[in-house]
Amino acid sequence: MRSPLIPEMATQEVQLNETLAHLKSESESLKSKLEEERAKLHDVELHQVAEKVEGLGQFVMKTRRTLKGHGNKVLCMDWCKDKRRIVSSSQDGKVIVWDAFTTNKEHAVTMPCTWVMACAYAPSGCAVACGGLDNKCSVYPLSLDKNENLAAKKKSVAMHTNYLSACSFTNSDMQILTSSGDGTCALWDVESGQLLQSFHGHAADVLCLDLAPSETGNTFVSGGCDKKANVWDMRSGQCIQSFETHESDINSVRYYPSGDAFASGSDDATCRLYDLRADREVAIYSKESIIFGVSSVDFSLSGRLLFGGYNDYTINVWDVLKGTRVSILFGHENRVSTLRVSPDGTAFSTGSWDHTLRIWA
Amino acid sequence: MAQTNTGGQGTNGVADESPNMIVYRKMEEVIARMQEEKNGIPIRTVKSFLTKIPSVFSGSDIVQWMTKNLDIEDPVEALHLGTLMAAHGYFFPISDHVLTLKDDGTFYRFQTPYFWPSNCWEPENTDYAVYLCKRTMQNKARLELADYEAESLARLQRAFARKWEFIFMQAEAQAKVDKKRDKIERKILDSQERAFWDVHRPVSVYGLQNDIRTHSPTHTPAPEAKQPTEEELQEQITFWQLQLDRHRLKMSKVAESLIGYTEQYLEYDPCLTPPDPSNPWISDDTTLWELEASKEPGQQRVKRWAFGIDEVLKDPVGREQFLKFLESEFSSENLRFWLAVQEVKKRPIREVPTRVQEIWQEFLAPGAPSAINVDSKSYDKTTQNVKDPGRYAFEDAQEHIYKLMKSDSYSRFIRSSAYQELLQAKKKVNSTFFKLFSMLQSKTYQDFEPTAHL
Repeated sequence: MRSPLIPEMATQEVQLNETLAHLKSESESLKSKLEEERAKLHDVELHQVAEKVEGLGQFVMKTRRTLKGHGNKVLCMDWCKDKRRIVSSSQDGKVIVWDAFTTNKEHAVTMPCTWVMACAYAPSGCAVACGGLDNKCSVYPLSLDKNENLAAKKKSVAMHTNYLSACSFTNSDMQILTSSGDGTCALWDVESGQLLQSFHGHAADVLCLDLAPSETGNTFVSGGCDKKANVWDMRSGQCIQSFETHESDINSVRYYPSGDAFASGSDDATCRLYDLRADREVAIYSKESIIFGVSSVDFSLSGRLLFGGYNDYTINVWDVLKGTRVSILFGHENRVSTLRVSPDGTAFSTGSWDHTLRIWA
Repeated sequence: MAQTNTGGQGTNGVADESPNMIVYRKMEEVIARMQEEKNGIPIRTVKSFLTKIPSVFSGSDIVQWMTKNLDIEDPVEALHLGTLMAAHGYFFPISDHVLTLKDDGTFYRFQTPYFWPSNCWEPENTDYAVYLCKRTMQNKARLELADYEAESLARLQRAFARKWEFIFMQAEAQAKVDKKRDKIERKILDSQERAFWDVHRPVSVYGLQNDIRTHSPTHTPAPEAKQPTEEELQEQITFWQLQLDRHRLKMSKVAESLIGYTEQYLEYDPCLTPPDPSNPWISDDTTLWELEASKEPGQQRVKRWAFGIDEVLKDPVGREQFLKFLESEFSSENLRFWLAVQEVKKRPIREVPTRVQEIWQEFLAPGAPSAINVDSKSYDKTTQNVKDPGRYAFEDAQEHIYKLMKSDSYSRFIRSSAYQELLQAKKKVNSTFFKLFSMLQSKTYQDFEPTAHL
């Protein structure tokens, strides 16, 4: 610290530092008080109460379709509401729309950037959004004319100052929610590209987001490299709840189907369940033999099963209530980078660094 | 050799580590346990023909140890994890360049910590050239170059033709040092050095090995955290205070709720209850989807509407039936208002002001044709909002109407005869008949042989 030239400045600087220190300690003591309050209501563990629940029987899920066509690592995928089409994006900039049921490729677009880390299907099924190292989220309307060049109709919607890590349409083709390496999330109007709301609060890259499954709700959850999972009010831009129990980056967040809880997957090799009403972490899904990070998580339709895609090429299936692992699925030959359950829960899809996507049921 | 500090290892230790580093540390913990004298893997010297093979253990030893010590039930899982550890080079088969784990008598050896991935190795081609060159200088059968290594050496000689003398000198110097070592020690070190190169210059058959060390551009080391400003600290304090004031539920209550939800939806979860007639992905038969797309809702689907108002609102057929029922009672304005407000939130921002006015005129303005009843507080607020109309202009009114519908119209709908009829009388259309019907309508006739059915 440079020595102040004027004595008054010295006193002012000292006063400022004192104020900052005072505020910092106040903030920290409030934070610990919050942890205390949260812990007070922890009268029992979820898996203890779940002992009375019937165990799940023998679990058999297999690869039912393998989608080959990407020339490089598959980074992201999303389902169409029609329960059979999917969009996927990869490291080499290719975005492909498939009819996963027949394994036919229906559309393909080459993005002008590599590492397309985010892609999403519009609710109408008539458009897809994607982005990555270009710091943007672009929307491509899907043409019925196979010969039409999709890239020509591309619409740039979101602009961030760092890579796009995730994107999702709200319940409309007209709004997109994005998360970015610039530490923010943002809500955009697709038609005009106007920023409707921005969300500040993460101290590092935001890696994932998920919209709450409510008809009336206006909230979403995000996870980041600051190990925090934040719940946001879309209308005000405020962070309404925050959870920090992971030991490393949170790569994936997904709401429990009722909307009262959400799961997260992290580089610390664990998945965790946070309940919004209890306002705390209520379960950890981990095993001594699982040491590679979780890239992606999603629930089965009833919320009883949690599927996790891992960097050790496997998928672990967890019993959400009892906390035990039900099954481990092998098949991919490299990291599983993305995992989503289909809209009607009949299957889930995984994308991998081995260039393929698989549909499991 | 080139070592780089790409891992973002800060002085804080674990806190700053890149995702790869976290995994390396965990694997190293396992390796340390494997090497423990008491409970580790038994390492021994095996006598074979005229030679001794020092410091080895078998693949089965590894699998057995992992199954016992890492809480693994299935040896397949142990094999998978073990193969990943071998691919990172933590132990290696002494007679093979391909780094996998086999559950048999194949001999493996531990890698020396000097060569561990956590030291952030990024060896250059010149280093590889020196290594291969050194191998050719040593007159040992076991050090003979494999075909792919000979090819690599040839390529490197062409690439570094101008500085080959320098490379040769380095190789010579290293060979000289190696010669001085004890015979057994040399055997071990030679194999460890080879395993190192198997990780960093793998034989192309196992090309994907390279990707193990790749990480995505999202995991760049975090920049130094800035000291928070006074304003930021005030914001934090406000946030914590708000959080403290939040009403929380006891864990026991929350657990019951989560359990209740999953039990209620168990029969609707295709992963747990096979869907009727079949799961299209398993049977290759899309009847399930066709039934869902039809206007005739099945019994199971109708039953779900009774779980809560959200179930009716999110199912298009449910909404239709609910609206129909309310229209029959001449009380549909609440639902129509709610649906209209949902709709306006989905429009492009450009269209919002017009739509808001339209909704105001239809439902809330004095003398509105479909007047709805909201409490005076919401009404006043809405009147204000409409003056500067945004997407959330009707938020308060919509919330009030939703609560009203939930407690009043919705419960009447579920008790109504219209709903009960749908629930009880309507058995699902016989699925075989439906299948035949849909086959007749389907675009491809490949599977349909009319003569067989007649």
